[in-house]
Amino acid sequence: MSAGPSRIAQGLLTDATRPVGFHFDGRALRGQAGDTLASALLANGQRLVGRSFKYHRPRGIVTAGPEEPCALVDVMGTAGREPNRLATTLALREGLVAVSQNRWPSLRWDLLAANDLLGRFLPAGFYYKTFMAPGWAWERIYEPLIRRAAGLGRLESVVGQHAASAETLHEHADVLVVGAGTAGLAAAHGLGRSGLRVLLTEQDVVLGGGSLLDPRWSAWRERVVASLAGMPTVRCLPRTTVLGAYGHGVFGAVETLSPAESALFGGLTERLRVIRVKRVVLATGAIERLIAFAGNDIPGVMLAGAALAYLRRYGVAVGRRPAFFVNSDAAYEALFALAAAGVEVAGVIDPRPASHAAERARALGIEVHAAAVVSAVAGRHAVRAVSVSALDSRKVRELSADCLAVSGGFTPATTLASQLGARLHWQNTIAGFVADLAPAAGRVAGAACGSVGLEAAARDGERTAQALAGELGRPLRDTPAMDLPADPEATALSALWEIPGNGKAFVDLQNDVTTADVRLSLREGYEHVEHMKRFTTHGMASDQGRIGGLLGSAVLASARGVPLAEVGQTKPRPFTQPVPFAALAGAEVREHYKPKRRLALHDWHERAGATFVALGLWLRPLVYSRPSGWEPVLAEARAVRRAVGITDVSTLGKIDVQGADAARFLDFIYANTFSTLPVGRARYGIMLREDGMLFDDGTTSRLSAGHFVVTTTTANAAAVLEHLEFHLQSSCAGLDVLLTDVGDEWAQFAVAGPRSREVVSAVVAGVDLSNEAFPFMAAAAARIAGVPGRLFRISFSGELAYELAVPARQAQTVWSAVLAAGAPFGITPYGLDALNTLRIEKGHITGAELNGNTSAADLGLERMLKKQGDFIGRALLERPGMRAGDRLQLVGVRPCDRSQPLANGTQLIERAAPAASLGYVTSATPSVELEGWVGLALLAGGRARIGARLLGVAPVRGATTEVEVVSPHMLDPESTRVRT
Amino acid sequence: MSAPPDFKQQPARARRASSGRYSFWRLVREGLKGQRGWSRAWAKAVPRPAYRVVIVGGGGHGLATAYYLATEYGITDVAVLERGPIGLGNVGRNTTIIRSNYFLPDNIRFYEYSLKLWEGLERRLNFNAMVSQRGTLNLFHSEAQRDLFTRRANQMRLLGVDNEPLSRQQLKERVPLVDLDNGRYPVLGGFLQPRGGTVRHDAVAWGYARGASEAGVDIVELCEVTGIRRDGARVTGVETSRGPIAAETVCLAVAGHSSQLAAMAGLTLPIESHVLQAFVTEAIKPLLDVVITYGAGHFYVSQSDKGGLVFGGAIDGYNTYGQRGTLPMTEEVASAAVTLLPGLARLKVLRQWGGVMDMTMDGSPIISATPLSGLVINGGWCYGGFKAIPAGGMTTAHLVARGTPHPLARHLDLARFADGRTRDERGVGPFPYLH
Amino acid sequence: MLRIPCPYCGERDETEFRYRGDASRARPPADAGLAAFAAYVYERANPRGWHVEWWLHVAGCRRLLKVVRHTESHQIHWVGAPQEPPSVPADASP
Repeated sequence: MSAGPSRIAQGLLTDATRPVGFHFDGRALRGQAGDTLASALLANGQRLVGRSFKYHRPRGIVTAGPEEPCALVDVMGTAGREPNRLATTLALREGLVAVSQNRWPSLRWDLLAANDLLGRFLPAGFYYKTFMAPGWAWERIYEPLIRRAAGLGRLESVVGQHAASAETLHEHADVLVVGAGTAGLAAAHGLGRSGLRVLLTEQDVVLGGGSLLDPRWSAWRERVVASLAGMPTVRCLPRTTVLGAYGHGVFGAVETLSPAESALFGGLTERLRVIRVKRVVLATGAIERLIAFAGNDIPGVMLAGAALAYLRRYGVAVGRRPAFFVNSDAAYEALFALAAAGVEVAGVIDPRPASHAAERARALGIEVHAAAVVSAVAGRHAVRAVSVSALDSRKVRELSADCLAVSGGFTPATTLASQLGARLHWQNTIAGFVADLAPAAGRVAGAACGSVGLEAAARDGERTAQALAGELGRPLRDTPAMDLPADPEATALSALWEIPGNGKAFVDLQNDVTTADVRLSLREGYEHVEHMKRFTTHGMASDQGRIGGLLGSAVLASARGVPLAEVGQTKPRPFTQPVPFAALAGAEVREHYKPKRRLALHDWHERAGATFVALGLWLRPLVYSRPSGWEPVLAEARAVRRAVGITDVSTLGKIDVQGADAARFLDFIYANTFSTLPVGRARYGIMLREDGMLFDDGTTSRLSAGHFVVTTTTANAAAVLEHLEFHLQSSCAGLDVLLTDVGDEWAQFAVAGPRSREVVSAVVAGVDLSNEAFPFMAAAAARIAGVPGRLFRISFSGELAYELAVPARQAQTVWSAVLAAGAPFGITPYGLDALNTLRIEKGHITGAELNGNTSAADLGLERMLKKQGDFIGRALLERPGMRAGDRLQLVGVRPCDRSQPLANGTQLIERAAPAASLGYVTSATPSVELEGWVGLALLAGGRARIGARLLGVAPVRGATTEVEVVSPHMLDPESTRVRT
Repeated sequence: MSAPPDFKQQPARARRASSGRYSFWRLVREGLKGQRGWSRAWAKAVPRPAYRVVIVGGGGHGLATAYYLATEYGITDVAVLERGPIGLGNVGRNTTIIRSNYFLPDNIRFYEYSLKLWEGLERRLNFNAMVSQRGTLNLFHSEAQRDLFTRRANQMRLLGVDNEPLSRQQLKERVPLVDLDNGRYPVLGGFLQPRGGTVRHDAVAWGYARGASEAGVDIVELCEVTGIRRDGARVTGVETSRGPIAAETVCLAVAGHSSQLAAMAGLTLPIESHVLQAFVTEAIKPLLDVVITYGAGHFYVSQSDKGGLVFGGAIDGYNTYGQRGTLPMTEEVASAAVTLLPGLARLKVLRQWGGVMDMTMDGSPIISATPLSGLVINGGWCYGGFKAIPAGGMTTAHLVARGTPHPLARHLDLARFADGRTRDERGVGPFPYLH
Repeated sequence: MLRIPCPYCGERDETEFRYRGDASRARPPADAGLAAFAAYVYERANPRGWHVEWWLHVAGCRRLLKVVRHTESHQIHWVGAPQEPPSVPADASP
């Protein structure tokens, strides 16, 4: 190749002795260890790397870092195809397979490049003005076409290749220093010397920032980095990008592991670090920006700083004959470096009439076109020539070049400062916004706050460390000033944004937004910068407009005829860099998405063949069988009704309430009375929310005068405990009550069925279980299978039943003893499904009925409400809406045709009014004792409808059944079974 | 409740200069002329001293209310006052989903009306808001959840609204991206509302603004309301950063900040402000053609026409006016996303942001007269505000114009709390941070 | 993310706490009547500024804290016990 980029020297990061093979678009290429994909492509003379989003214009590599808008590729791996990887930060590794994006059939010949020719008909927001008729055509024609054209990369994942690839770490330090350029290094060094705990993060693979590109700084950098490594309170985290500032000194950062480290940790690719500090130093530097001129997107047009970086870091010259278009002295460094490396420089175009840097360039024999600008670029797949226009005349010169290095100045990286609430103010000397950060949050240092030059930044870092160390109580005394290479004398930059001309001049290279689009948005009234952004999509691509964001604002300001400072920038949101879901999720994915709570007897249930159901965090036995269907459930339920069954109810919440005022406290918490409960007795209780709705129910037992045990539903266990604690510490403060969560301490089993007394008698010692001595709702301490525990005669199934509570670690002993004692009676373990069948027949409620919208009266529990004294929820029961006759009330329902099933969620209607739902079936089951299916329902004015016939309709299943409305207590309404 | 406002019949104001009709052919014509013939989509009005109706808030609901007042109820002497530029509040910060799958019949009717209005909106407004009825899919993970969704679907179908169950097999075919056996909360099935979908959110604000402006409404940007003028129990206008403006009716449509504006009139509302987070990923080629709501964690996802996946989470759970997200919720949403859709693990998230929600004490919105005559509130939208914009605008316009609630919004009155008629979809009660 | 300085446990992440809402309201006396209770249960000042609120340290000491926090900047000005009168800055700005 006669023109184009190539490797000409030894890079700082690359190792010529270690070649690395890789593929790009099917071509086998070679790079060096230490290369990025971008540097390796350039070293191979590959300029064209992708097609743009909208116009499918050929695009090349523009930057050498994470701000890259164009060089996005898809990477093929064992886990699939990963889209939109930045070639400029992607570490080259052996066998890497990268594919260019958004082109068909090939990168050089792309059919949709026709969009570029049609561009005049596709201005910003064109889609808001067409594709509206006919109505059906959007989803069927237009949208599929647009969606196929939109999007850059393609995500494909291989099923089964989803091992957790990230972990989450928590960091605590005194100061976080973001960015390890000269400012950050100097700041971290000073803070480290003071003994403060410092965390220094750097997004680059090595520390140094801009000092890496200037050999004069090598010695200083190496000295400081070595010194930091020796400081016990300082930790340096390269490859780590701070993603966002979350207030209260909390920052999120993601570390991308090097290929070598990743291999060491079994394929781990990222670490999310949640950082907590007292102060932050934002030494985030400044980002070089683009200038808008016709053809500023042609492959070969790149930022001047990138040209310098490719040479210094990777030994790659970005062209054989580069031209430079710059407006600051700092940007000349690239030109000096390339010239020194023996590259023929086509010339430098500088809008300023004179500058120190231009003098130095001339002295090197480089042609300087002062007071001139680039008005156009020739070339399609690569730069061929640039047109140079003098500012003071109409003279235009054509300059032959294979690359154009551009610099419009440097924009301070203020994203994190903005997130911390910093206000931005305009600084003329750099033509950019800098941040005023509140000292309580931290400091901005170096180029990020507008300083120019490596030395100036380092000095700023030093000063920042001094100030912060003092503020944090560890003042730095006797500090010798660092010996630093001096910044060259520099002439101020001259702000330059847009060069008028023919042809597309881009302000956003990834989203294909042109200066004409910005002007159109103004004509259409989208003149606020946030409107312009949304209308044109400027700055919304994956690069977040880092090299063109301010440029877009500048074009808008110029079109509006107001100062750029007045137009401002759009508000930056986290993240500072796109971050994979995997990195944010860490290890809490799939199996480990949520912790699992297992019962003390989980292993036994598993061995017994239980099918488990995940309810909240719990895993609970649903039924002791594998095949689904009702028969195994009904067999378990039948065993309870006919003989005896045992079920594990340990998931119920259990709260120990003790103290002289325990009864008084419970009287306030519960809607019914507990102070009258005798010792040795249990009582069913309901508690309300303050708005009068039922909150939870359960059985509470009095073990002694000042000792109660409250049980709650499984679902509300945590919420009820918090409810009690909240009230005890606020509205009931001062009461002598102690609350202890004993939910995990006690395992609890229900032994239910007509033979349960015989079974329980066999394992319980010291308690007379006769009906007279231990009646329904009795409670007592007891030794159960030799284990000290508690025995309750309570029943959810509607059968004679006992609940046995024992310390959780003795659960297996007791459970096994009960099973052994029950064997002669055919004791059967039963799961949640059977429990549900039993309670529906009996008309007992669960979460399906106690759904947060039902009152005690709705569920037929009004008689439980105490008449005297205050309790939570009492006052608002009096509201008219709570007493309305058409409220949904609990009833039972049975299909008139007993052979018909009844499904949960079935709506109840009158035949005459088929659209007006009167209520719905909350819980339904085939019955054990009654014929056919039985259900509970919430029905408008339900109690008054008992005896009526309604239609149960389930349109999603196409089912309609006539049902009769009955009392919810369908089985044993007098509750004789539980009392005998 | 106060007496309905007393409206004098006023002549409609003259139609203002129009931005012209949008069409494919005009786009071509303008293309040949360098796109120079377009003019402002809505006029930048200077506020006049008095209006019949002042709407505070240039968001979706405020602009839609103004549009329907002018085009349906013939009231064009209307100003919409917006503190900043229009459309940058919640209408420009949401996850763009539309649907009408609610539990309570009143809510189903209201949101279904909104969905019907969405279906014809673009042709009516002559502005393509990209209403895309690609379907919204709710996944369920337990039998209890299946029963709830079944009940909801049956209720919707009784009211003539679409909703259908999908089996695991059907899910496998429809959303191959979903890992049905994801290890923690396996997917047992789903319910699809085929007519649900997404809308290009910014375009909704701009389209209504353009339509309202053309019909004669003054859209006043950069005009902050700093006070509400009262004469006893009657509201007579507003104080603004651009001077006082008198009005027969003041309508607050500032969800997220309703409490602040109501406080200016001396009212305390049953509302807390909470932040809801959203995320967008980098743009990729088409991957997902339906909106998915995960039933075992806090998140839902759709893919925009531009190619980015848009995710939403839950509220952070404490009062806030800071429009920003937090890290714990970000991690939670990412964990849920990777668990349900493991293929997305390597997809990169671009941005996160937060929207400030009016969270009411029952999770349902408020479209209501107030104890002060001449003051109407449209607010309390919780997370449901975007999808409700057309119906919210229409029913609020009805309330303002007629002085009586629109039949479909009667249940959204402010008095329902004190009267015990709350509309609590989730049954969590007066704890806004739990809705 | 909030870092709440628990007087008993030290500064901890918000995820250790459960929010319990506006702490400026006190439960009315039992005989205060329907209107007072309706206002207590449903009405919120919901200030954009300093907010007195309850946080229960569920993953720590399980104590109830009264916290004065700014709802826009999230700055925490004061943390105390439930019965302590909170210190609320007069200036609403953060």
